[in-house]
Amino acid sequence: MNLGNTDIERLRAHHRMMWRIRALEQAALQGLADKLVLGAIHPSIGQEAVASGVIACLKAEDLLLSTHRGHGHTLAKGASSEAMIRELLGREGGTCGGKGGSMHIADFGVGMLGANGVVSANIVIAAGAAHAIKLRGENRVVACFFGDGATNRGPFLEGLNWAAVFKLPVLFICEDNGYAATTRTSTMTAGGGPGVRARAIGVETEVVDGNDVIAVEEAARRLIGDIRAGYGPRFLHAHTWRTTGHTGADPATYRDAAEVEAKKEADPLKRVHEALMVAGVSASELQADHDQAVREMTLAYEAAKAAPFPPANVSFTDVQDIGSPLLGAF
Amino acid sequence: MTIQTYLDAGRLALAEEMRRDPNVWAVGEDLGRGGVFGQYRGLVEEFGNARISDAPISEAAIMGVAVGAAMMGTRPVVEMRFADFALCAMDELVNQAAKARFMFGGQARVPLVVREPMGMWRSSAAQHSQSLETWYAHVPGLVVVCPSTPADNKGLLKASIRCDDPVVYLEHKNLWGMEGEVPDDPDFVLPFGVARMVREGSDITIVSWSNQVHIAAEAAAVLADEGISVELIDLRTLWPWDKAAVLASVRKTGRLLVTHEAVAVAGFGAEVAATVAEHGSTSLRAPVRRLGAPRAPIAYAPPAEDAIRVTAAMTAAVVREMVKPQQAAQKGGN
Repeated sequence: MNLGNTDIERLRAHHRMMWRIRALEQAALQGLADKLVLGAIHPSIGQEAVASGVIACLKAEDLLLSTHRGHGHTLAKGASSEAMIRELLGREGGTCGGKGGSMHIADFGVGMLGANGVVSANIVIAAGAAHAIKLRGENRVVACFFGDGATNRGPFLEGLNWAAVFKLPVLFICEDNGYAATTRTSTMTAGGGPGVRARAIGVETEVVDGNDVIAVEEAARRLIGDIRAGYGPRFLHAHTWRTTGHTGADPATYRDAAEVEAKKEADPLKRVHEALMVAGVSASELQADHDQAVREMTLAYEAAKAAPFPPANVSFTDVQDIGSPLLGAF
Repeated sequence: MTIQTYLDAGRLALAEEMRRDPNVWAVGEDLGRGGVFGQYRGLVEEFGNARISDAPISEAAIMGVAVGAAMMGTRPVVEMRFADFALCAMDELVNQAAKARFMFGGQARVPLVVREPMGMWRSSAAQHSQSLETWYAHVPGLVVVCPSTPADNKGLLKASIRCDDPVVYLEHKNLWGMEGEVPDDPDFVLPFGVARMVREGSDITIVSWSNQVHIAAEAAAVLADEGISVELIDLRTLWPWDKAAVLASVRKTGRLLVTHEAVAVAGFGAEVAATVAEHGSTSLRAPVRRLGAPRAPIAYAPPAEDAIRVTAAMTAAVVREMVKPQQAAQKGGN
């Protein structure tokens, strides 16, 4: 990792954020083991550098749309870890009041317009958020994350084409971890991959080592600069690796053991840690970053466990204004 | 009041709403040339191509963009060209638009209107003719509107644009040229869930909506000459729907026929019939009947297309079957 012009404090901030993401995912996995996280979760352990690097370039008023693997993005955009973990446990005080769970986490207060349970679906919605920004003449950027598997669905083509045609302020970020659920993406994907497809639609693209947080941040900053200057959408193809399986319950035995072992060397947190050590930050300071992150998520998990479930009747609120959802309602 | 076509009533209603609220905009294929049927004719000249926006033939993107733009507080009116084509955007409508408010715990609102021209029209065949309104009535979160007159196409479209939840707005293609009196009031807004009493009667209640209302009205006129008094109710909206009006009418007439252009099997008529069975059966003097299309795709050749239409003659025949035996018995008893 080449520190270049990036100051140590910036890298240290990534170190803290990436540990917060990893510790939150570990708390979520603990919740799964404790049978308190009830539905499926899709951990982003191993992919933290993409979330931290891109979102460091966003402003508070910028917007984010994410996927089923969206905990890291959401936390990095500023959502409360306790509200997030409450949501994972389906408790009161969760980001969505316990009505969404992991795959529908959203925090509009920090510009996080939703994770999504449907692969690729957030791409066209992100284009829509950007379309509204353009209609109103606002100076905001939308960051839209998705995985490599999303590039085989129609909304990828439709959303990128739309954003390009209307010159919308969107940064598309493909977090390419090589697997679409449990299938190696390359075995089911023709052509040259996400970046080639994006360029074919006329969206300028950078390809980056997604486990190098500085490389991600620098690329994202260039692309977002173009977007803010009015050049329309940009595309960031980040190669990364998820340490866990597709879901928290997936042992990922379909992956080659040697590849899994080799990828441990490329762990993004390990690389940040080494770079900071080389830059003279002490091991104890770095350990403190880790410990603080773990403490935050442990406390959040304990608070979530103590929180009540929402009352059953939240099933009937925020359905729609007109027409009662209740059976037999008149 | 002004005499307008059903098409113009909708077109002018949209223009009025766009003048009233700068957040309203419309997006769909060919809107800059007035839309495929002319429903947007002249609007791009007044509002510009940002608010009357062309779109690529990308139904999923049109709908998905509208979802995102609606969550940001704009009020998109989405043109799907044909109801059949909206099937290319079902994830965006059913999984996203209809659920965003709920699953995000009330943080999001999705005030969009999806216009889906529906129904059989001039040999349009299997992929340009369908009536799929009941699909949407099945989805929590959606409002479902089926206007049958020019006045309703103004009042209900305005209500839909002003609604803060997603609305599926199904205009019937066969009605574009229908003329009728339309109130001039720019705030002529009809409430959802309030049926229109098309004609009052005492022997039987016919419930219908969209173009089928006019076919049922033809049947009712014929039946009136025969001494059978039909009460005809146009539901106008399928969700919410006016159960109270239907039950009150059935209490009065004791008979119910539901008729629609859509396939009879699992059509919305089944919902109306079941509701009356559950809540109004003690009033019934005859079994409830339904009339809808056979469960067959819609053909191109006119005789084959006509084979699946629910006609006025078929409607009248069913009413006679339902009413006549008892009328005859009553007369015999006298």
